[in-house]
Amino acid sequence: MKDEVESREDRVAGLKGMGCSRKRVEDARFTQGKGNYVDDLKLDGMLFGDFVRSPYAHARIVNIDTEAALKVPGVLAVLTAKDLEPLGLHWMPTLAGDKQMVLADGKVLFQGQEVAYVVVQDRYAAADGIEAVEVDYEELPVLVNPFEALKSDVVLREDLLAEDGSIPDGAHGPRKHHNHIFTWEAGDKDPTLEVIDNADVVAEETMYYHRTHPCPLETCGCVASMDKVNGKLTLWGTFQAPHAIRTVVSLISGIEEHNIRVISPDIGGGFGNKVGAYPGYVCSVVASIVTGKPVKWIEDRMDNLMTTAFARDYHMTGRIAATKEGKITGVHCSVTADHGGFDACADPTKFPAGFMNICTGSYDIPTAYLEVDGVYTNKAPGGVSYRCSFRVTEAVYFIERMIEVLAIKLNMDAAELRRINFIKKEQFPYQAALGWEYDSGDYHTAWDKALKAVDYDGLRAEQAQRVEDFKAGKTRKLMGIGLTFFTEIVGAGPVKNCDILGLGMFDSCEIRIHPTGSAIARLGTISQGQGHATTFAQILASEIGLPADSITIEEGDTDTAPYGLGTYGSRSTPVAGAATAMAGRKIRAKAQMIAAYLLEVHDDDVEFDVDRFAVKGAPEKFKTMNEIAFAAYNQAIPGIEPGLEAVSYYDPPNMTYPFGAYVCVMDIDVDTGVPVIRRFYALDDCGTRINPMIIEGQVHGGLTEALAVALGQEIAYDDMGNVKTGTLMDFFLPTAWEVPNYETDHTVTPSPHHPIGAKGVGESPHVGGVPCFSNAVQDAFRPFGNTHTNMPHDHWRIWKTANELGLHG
Amino acid sequence: MSKKQHYKITVNGKEEEFLAEPRELLIHTLRERLKITGPHIGCETSHCGACTVTVNGKSVKSCTVFVAQADGTEITTIEGIGSPDALHPLQEAFKEHHGLQCGFCTPGMIIRASKLLEEIPNPSEEEIRFGMAGNICRCTGYQNIVKSIQAAAAEMNSAKEAAE
Repeated sequence: MKDEVESREDRVAGLKGMGCSRKRVEDARFTQGKGNYVDDLKLDGMLFGDFVRSPYAHARIVNIDTEAALKVPGVLAVLTAKDLEPLGLHWMPTLAGDKQMVLADGKVLFQGQEVAYVVVQDRYAAADGIEAVEVDYEELPVLVNPFEALKSDVVLREDLLAEDGSIPDGAHGPRKHHNHIFTWEAGDKDPTLEVIDNADVVAEETMYYHRTHPCPLETCGCVASMDKVNGKLTLWGTFQAPHAIRTVVSLISGIEEHNIRVISPDIGGGFGNKVGAYPGYVCSVVASIVTGKPVKWIEDRMDNLMTTAFARDYHMTGRIAATKEGKITGVHCSVTADHGGFDACADPTKFPAGFMNICTGSYDIPTAYLEVDGVYTNKAPGGVSYRCSFRVTEAVYFIERMIEVLAIKLNMDAAELRRINFIKKEQFPYQAALGWEYDSGDYHTAWDKALKAVDYDGLRAEQAQRVEDFKAGKTRKLMGIGLTFFTEIVGAGPVKNCDILGLGMFDSCEIRIHPTGSAIARLGTISQGQGHATTFAQILASEIGLPADSITIEEGDTDTAPYGLGTYGSRSTPVAGAATAMAGRKIRAKAQMIAAYLLEVHDDDVEFDVDRFAVKGAPEKFKTMNEIAFAAYNQAIPGIEPGLEAVSYYDPPNMTYPFGAYVCVMDIDVDTGVPVIRRFYALDDCGTRINPMIIEGQVHGGLTEALAVALGQEIAYDDMGNVKTGTLMDFFLPTAWEVPNYETDHTVTPSPHHPIGAKGVGESPHVGGVPCFSNAVQDAFRPFGNTHTNMPHDHWRIWKTANELGLHG
Repeated sequence: MSKKQHYKITVNGKEEEFLAEPRELLIHTLRERLKITGPHIGCETSHCGACTVTVNGKSVKSCTVFVAQADGTEITTIEGIGSPDALHPLQEAFKEHHGLQCGFCTPGMIIRASKLLEEIPNPSEEEIRFGMAGNICRCTGYQNIVKSIQAAAAEMNSAKEAAE
């Protein structure tokens, strides 16, 4: 028998389970051009939909004339808010407890806002039809600065005023001004202010984390198909949360949820852009119901950058207090958050500023206070987590800049300042001042490993020499050493405090073992490039002892997958990965009973070993999982139901807290402002590592998106609310030419509460990368008096910094 | 809308004849008319390269070429460079070296790389990075794409040597 000669090591390797760099099963179709993205879908009689969009950032709509458009060949209908109003669909709820216009209802609040929806035969008729719709606008004063918006008499959202003109509470409590959305606080205000007032040293800084955009290579889109014969609506789309979309569509359309099937096919990157619900989805559904035909809506790139899901736009002021020796005693963080015309942030309900309250970072800071004010402006709505867990990039950027600013104030080395303030290994689980309980960590070990790997002291010596050479006129290039130690908070989350639109943020896995020993598992998440079909099969292989190659993973079809909240905020492995392990363990528990019956021993007398159950003390007596699977379907076993299936809905007891230590070495040409990244070292601790190859790929990708954000990527507006960066000409996406090679490294600190100890990794490199690139730029100018300059550090801004510091002679 | 014209193009060795408005973009001819959905649309402004195909031996971004400009040309898309039973070395290498994640840029990336390796059979890393700079990937950070192209080049060169 093969099993008898195969070593245990070979049996483990044969499973391709957790810990191995299994090649991706997704790649065969993608490399051959056989991916199935939403725009690849073609249905009989399919129509297209597209939007007439506002050229103005704030304007009243006087009239919409569709007559000429309806005469354009190929144009079938033009929908406006008036057509949607009788259905109650001219507005829709946002994920943040606000409401948003589906089509402009009397006014527009941002450039690019959806004004009318043309239903046409093909894309070309759409372009012709849009051009023929005549809209009369009456321009209104534009507010693009949140601080000015909070002082302005101009009311952006008349719909939120009471009849007597007073300002009722919003979804997150009292509103201070008609353009104010919420105030959210965490921590203790008075004790924190007292600590700061009485501290030896206080460093203060104001920083703007600019508005940017996730910009996946595939834009958002959908195909809605109402089958009037069976009363069933099928909605294909680029949805990062297909089940949540199904529930939302049911709630706002009145179609019973069992009659709605939402399918996320292959998704060309998400990064948070595809979490929310957009007017395009609603209009396409309405158009399909009205016409009885499938209707496709696909954003173009300009639509994407201008209207769906911006990220960041946080104005942050920080004060950090410390002893003379550098021990941090308190932090105060005050944020003015620009949310645009509607509050459409994608955050768990109780967290209108996401997990910004992780802004004490990796440090043992006894006292802290955070206040965030959300503000309406004439910009696009959104506020999504661009490759991060809810606002964690902002939080980590804040604290990792404040540490640097404090180091300057103390005239201390920033690496040492971090080291003396880290939460110590023995302090975990650690209760942070702003509320979170960090599950595990070993920061000192990771930090020391990182600094040693890059020869930190050597780098500082080289930098000091470079400064001397610069001052002596021997070079025009400065050297920056960017440091970052970050702690992420991912895996949202425990149902007790995490929900989206009231839906608890658990996740799920359902497994069916086939008689011949292969399996299919379905999850409530949806891959957008993360390789779930590869890695979740690895988790299962290790848990149930069937080869990963014999396990199909399926996601994204709400008719077949169990309910889950989708993929964003690095929640797939922490939540659905846990559900997968737990469902696998249910399979194993039943398999144990079947094995015991087949081996004619008591249940407790068999034990699981790699791919089989063996009699304890007699390993030669065993039944493989293959044999057990077959028995489950072909034998009548007393007291055991036939079949071998399991489902698990996993409600995580806590978040997971991946962390990492990054170092960036950068050379900056003072005269051109061009930064060249000479070296980037990234140590990530994501707990148990499922697939090292995929982890490394995620780190490369996350760092590159971090490079983009730190060094140039921005959604910029002019004073009139015009988007200045609406195409890829102006919106920076790094190419192979600008991107360095990265060195990756790791430590492993498993999560104590996760069934397999995994913590999630997809977003860590972005969260840690942005401050690391930024700190490198800032560090280069530190010897010349720089404390802080705002991102993005594009060539012009870097040149300007050099100029302002008098480095151009 | 304008009058339809008669066009003839050869795609992946197959001759296609049809009537189309001259303003039809080549990417739509491929994707909508001919149902060749490997090339993707990422920007419609020539920046991202997801729509890259080979036209008369040159890498071309098909989102900014009118079908009228492509009349009479020979076009190769990702569908034309390998088959499930005989993958192109680049297709193998991208799988082997994790040169893709979401897969959306991959068809354009591979078809461009195939041209690059014809232009420079043994490229340096710098030449690869420069030669691929017209194709944007949002997932991989390019490191593994570079590795994949290097591996494919090595494979193709050794196969060529063996044949000679």
